Amino acid sequence: MPHRFRVAIVGSGPAGLSAAARAAQLGMSHVLLEKTDHLSDTIYKYQKGKYVMATPSNLVLRSDFDFDAGIREDILGTWDRQVEECKVNVRLNADVTKITGTKGNFTIELKGGDTIEAEAVVLGIGTQGNPNLLRAPGGERKHVQYQLDDPGEYYDEHITVIGSGDAGIENALGLAKDAKQNNIVTILNRSADFARAKKGNVDALIEAEQEGRVIVRRETSPAEVKDGELVLETPNGQETIRCDRIIARMGSKPPRDFVEACGIQFTSEDRDAFPQLSPSFETTQPGIHVIGALAGYPLIKHCMNQGYDVIEFLNGNSQLKPADQPILEERFAALPGNRPVEEWLELFNTNIVILRDLSPLQMRELMLDSTVHSYRKGEVIFERNAEGSSMFAIGQGSVAVEINPADPSITVPIGTGSIFGEVGLISGRKRGSTIRAAEDTICVEFSRNAALKLIATNPAAGRAVNRIFIERQLLQMFGSGLAPADIAELVDTAEVMQVRAGQKVVEEGGEDKDIFVIRRGSMIVEKDLGGKPVFLSYLPAGSYFGEMAVIDGSKRTATVKAAIKSEVIKLPGDAFLKVMEANPRLRERALADMRARRKTNQFIESRKESFSSAVDLYTATAQFLINEGIGDATDVLLIDEKLCVGCDNCEKACADSHDGLSRLNREAGTTYAHLHVPTSCRHCEHPHCMADCPPNAIKRGVDGEVFIDETCIGCGNCQRNCPYGVIRMDAKPPKKPGILSWIFFGRGPGPGEPSYYWRKKKMEEAEAATGKKPGKFAIKCDMCQGIAGGPACVRACPTGAAIRVSPERFLSVTRFAEETD
Amino acid sequence: MASIPEDKPVGASAIEQRRAADHESFLSHKRLRWLKIATVFCLVAILIYAFTPFEPRANGGTWYGYTLGTIGALLIVWLSLLGIRKRRMTEGHWSLKAWTSAHVYLGLALIVIATLHTGFQFGWNVHTLAYALMMLVIVSGIYGITVYAMLPQRLSDNRKDMTTEMMVEALGALDRQLASAAQPLDRADADMVLAALDQDPFGFGLWTRLSGNYRRCATQKALDHFSGGYAEDSVDGRIRSLLSRRRAQLAQMRRHMKLKAMLEVWLFVHIPVTIALLAALTVHIVSVFFYW
Ligand SMILES: Cc1cc2nc3c(=O)[nH]c(=O)nc-3n(C[C@H](O)[C@H](O)[C@H](O)COP(=O)(O)OP(=O)(O)OC[C@H]3O[C@@H](n4cnc5c(N)ncnc54)[C@H](O)[C@@H]3O)c2cc1C
Ligand code: HEM
Ligand code: SF4
Ligand code: SF4
Ligand code: SF4
Repeated sequence: MPHRFRVAIVGSGPAGLSAAARAAQLGMSHVLLEKTDHLSDTIYKYQKGKYVMATPSNLVLRSDFDFDAGIREDILGTWDRQVEECKVNVRLNADVTKITGTKGNFTIELKGGDTIEAEAVVLGIGTQGNPNLLRAPGGERKHVQYQLDDPGEYYDEHITVIGSGDAGIENALGLAKDAKQNNIVTILNRSADFARAKKGNVDALIEAEQEGRVIVRRETSPAEVKDGELVLETPNGQETIRCDRIIARMGSKPPRDFVEACGIQFTSEDRDAFPQLSPSFETTQPGIHVIGALAGYPLIKHCMNQGYDVIEFLNGNSQLKPADQPILEERFAALPGNRPVEEWLELFNTNIVILRDLSPLQMRELMLDSTVHSYRKGEVIFERNAEGSSMFAIGQGSVAVEINPADPSITVPIGTGSIFGEVGLISGRKRGSTIRAAEDTICVEFSRNAALKLIATNPAAGRAVNRIFIERQLLQMFGSGLAPADIAELVDTAEVMQVRAGQKVVEEGGEDKDIFVIRRGSMIVEKDLGGKPVFLSYLPAGSYFGEMAVIDGSKRTATVKAAIKSEVIKLPGDAFLKVMEANPRLRERALADMRARRKTNQFIESRKESFSSAVDLYTATAQFLINEGIGDATDVLLIDEKLCVGCDNCEKACADSHDGLSRLNREAGTTYAHLHVPTSCRHCEHPHCMADCPPNAIKRGVDGEVFIDETCIGCGNCQRNCPYGVIRMDAKPPKKPGILSWIFFGRGPGPGEPSYYWRKKKMEEAEAATGKKPGKFAIKCDMCQGIAGGPACVRACPTGAAIRVSPERFLSVTRFAEETD
Repeated sequence: MASIPEDKPVGASAIEQRRAADHESFLSHKRLRWLKIATVFCLVAILIYAFTPFEPRANGGTWYGYTLGTIGALLIVWLSLLGIRKRRMTEGHWSLKAWTSAHVYLGLALIVIATLHTGFQFGWNVHTLAYALMMLVIVSGIYGITVYAMLPQRLSDNRKDMTTEMMVEALGALDRQLASAAQPLDRADADMVLAALDQDPFGFGLWTRLSGNYRRCATQKALDHFSGGYAEDSVDGRIRSLLSRRRAQLAQMRRHMKLKAMLEVWLFVHIPVTIALLAALTVHIVSVFFYW
């Protein structure tokens, strides 16, 4: 009978370590299992000397181990020491492959065949997952590695890189970069092209191939690994090459499969979903607990606190107050009545419909990302056309929505428990109406990320928001006089559709009769004129289309297709007609919209006859911008290269108004018909960069700008996630002398971003003086937020070449008409 | 086929206004506002000059001469401040485009203002020197707006989505290929290739840059040396094709540098002469008040 531990902790990241430390401190029998030969692999893999941040700063650290902002090496060093001091029972090189059994009696299988028994399991394995392994015979040999820390440390070797993604290509290029290292580098690609990698990387690889620095083997895969040799499966049969080292970069598998195989359910099918957890971090498999990044808490401090808490819970401590108590107390202090935190949480939990399913733990977590407000009767909560991406829920009281901008006295009430502001959240656009408190009211405001997480991970909340969203969207769009009851049928029959980029939603000549509302993404409208598609208009999220065929029973007069991946709400035409018949004002509105739109079409058709080339250019330009991903944008920097003299004053102005670093690269980017799309943030409607930011540092500001605040920890996720390559990671250079002392006395580097060498020299001086190495953080365009006068790049252009516009304004007929007149 | 909710333009146009995003060149800024102002001003000045009897004759010393002189001097100082405005990114609702627009038209108006101010009295003195310097600045400015209006398109067409950095990199890539392709060559042939590789593409003078006439181009010489008739896959054939790719890449860079130089070269007259003008103007004013 082997020894059975009280708890087995899997994964020695900050979460697992802190749990093990608590167990050791309590004298609880425990084992900490770590797959690699060192502790805390995720942090271990940070670049050398990385400055690790300890956010959120107002959260108290509750752990037996120390953690404060500092250099990676110091943090790992401290933990290594404390593991010794606290006598934590660690087992390295223990890769857990399977967990079976039930509470009180789990069997944990390790790679290599060993098993470990434990009464309870705590999973703190993070979200990195496992690299896909080389499955060819001999793949387990020592000279096969899955990671390349420093390409500079290998000399005189024959190295084969397997994998055709960015990681593989970057590794191959890194190894071949310095000819002095004298490595023979080969990269294998299973297919003929490199479809999964970034264009820049592929170009660089092909260049390296042409220069003979890297050998690229296409349609080739490894057949067998031998000592010093690799057998290849090529289109012309097998071939053996010399090979001293193999670097396998074939992607990694997220840990979800492993976790599910342990019997743990996730909150939804969604890729972003997390395991379902109880307030004590217990999963749907009793006895197994999940903490840390895997539980949805990617910040080190959270991870460590949870490690502590989960062991306290296991130890029977039910009185433990969460570490966030002081933060919540401070947050709720703004509310009237001096009630304790628990009472407010209880009230929100029971009153607010979308929160009903949440556990107290989830409630607390959600409130950390949210704010609470108390409004007096009549106070404005937000104004129409204000920019805002948060969602509100009414905890107590009610609000009035001013549905008619011309007459604020016409309002629709929203009562306790319901939500509002969700349109800004889902489509990332402006507020549709002004909302006031109808009585003294208490609201919870969820940040966009918190709300999206709630929707993704809590199906009931997701459904509730969805229905409300559709209802409100329709009410707002079709305007005055409609009440929720009028459109209930429409909402019930509504269907949400995902549309791929380029997919046609409505086809010219079609006989279908549905109306569509763009909920996310954007569409372009085209009409076939003389055998060629002609661009008619651009529709941003929040517009509707398809009513023409419904109202006059005609065939589809134009094609509507998605500019980017979009989401539309499909409404059956007859249900819409019924609502229209019953509501003369809606009817009027729809007819007016239809007339306006007909005029647009006719205008372009008539131009097509007389100014055919202008219309073709308009279509081609629109197509170019759409291909450039402008459909994602809410605000984009364009440069008219008929005017741009290449002075780079735009870049200099940007640098000079932002800590000395430019957030735009004028020359880079693509051009069509002298219209240039430089590399600069487009303030995407649904910013890809926001998706994976551990401290939620990326936000949308009042003017619609997407910006990164000072809580950025420099992890680089946003840089990788932005498809437009506009985020750079850099350290803020020291201040340079003022412009007048440059003009008159030649002091400092002059206007614009100082040269790399100047910055490096000054930084080294500063480092020598203070002993601190400045961290690199993510920087990107913030649309000159808070700078009176607006975007500096535009203001500083002497010729008017640089403009910042929203796509719907730039691609509008009005502009087209002005430019062809 | 569709409509955008009515409220959009309201918010969007408000924001676009804030961003000064109107798509108009500096020459036609605000529907030629500054051209109109400058023209009206010049016409009025000419009319007053034509219909006012000046005794004994018109010059800088009459009340009108003083008025125009003051306006002209202030204008010159303001025009010179563009150099600072351009580089001082202070907050506020100004746009450099509006400044440039006003600069150009008010600068042109100076021709009228200053000439009337002289009363057509010229001589070999500091006063006329100031006038001549001013005209030189203005003439260079006229050249400036001409190239600003004509060359950007060509700069754009020549760039073909490449940044300057990418052009340099492309040349570097060709050079590395050339260097390794030249390994098997004998000494004399290899020297021709190496001479091409060693020549600094930026090592030519301003005049060569502006004229685009690179007579000492070693790549061209090497190409002449490998005069052709080689098999496609022979060493010489490969060298020749790499050399002609190098020449094409150089040609793009040279056109780029030529256009950039043409867009900038006038500032090397415009700015230094502005400084000289400010000095001459000071002497002119001081001498008028102290020695008249
Ligand atoms: C580049 C970068 C920079 C960052 N910077 C910061 C920062 O400055 N501040 C901050 O607060 N956060 C930062 N983060 C986020 C933070 O590092 C992670 O979210 C955190 O480490 C997660 O901790 P964890 O304990 O949940 O998991 P991890 O730290 O990922 O640890 C998981 C451990 O489990 C092991 N493991 C996995 N599977 C198994 C298995 N089957 N059997 C045994 N062991 C296994 C792994 O080897 C690993 O050691 C950054 C992240 C990155 C990528
Ligand atoms: C006496 C009259 C003038 C003076 C003192 C003057 C002075 C200046 C100065 C100091 C600059 C700043 C250059 C820099 O720092 O880059 C400038 C720029 C410029 N000037 Fe003039 N100028 C005068 C007349 C004119 C005229 C008449 C024209 C046009 C017809 C003109 C066109 C320009 C242009 C196009 C710029 C460049 C703007 C830019 O690229 O930023 N100037 N001038
Ligand atoms: S950084 Fe990239 S993803 Fe984020 S808003 Fe800007 S363009 Fe979009
Ligand atoms: S808007 Fe401001 S931050 Fe953005 S690129 Fe222009 S100058 Fe830079
Ligand atoms: S400031 Fe204007 S003219 Fe100068 S480089 Fe930028 S866009 Fe071109």
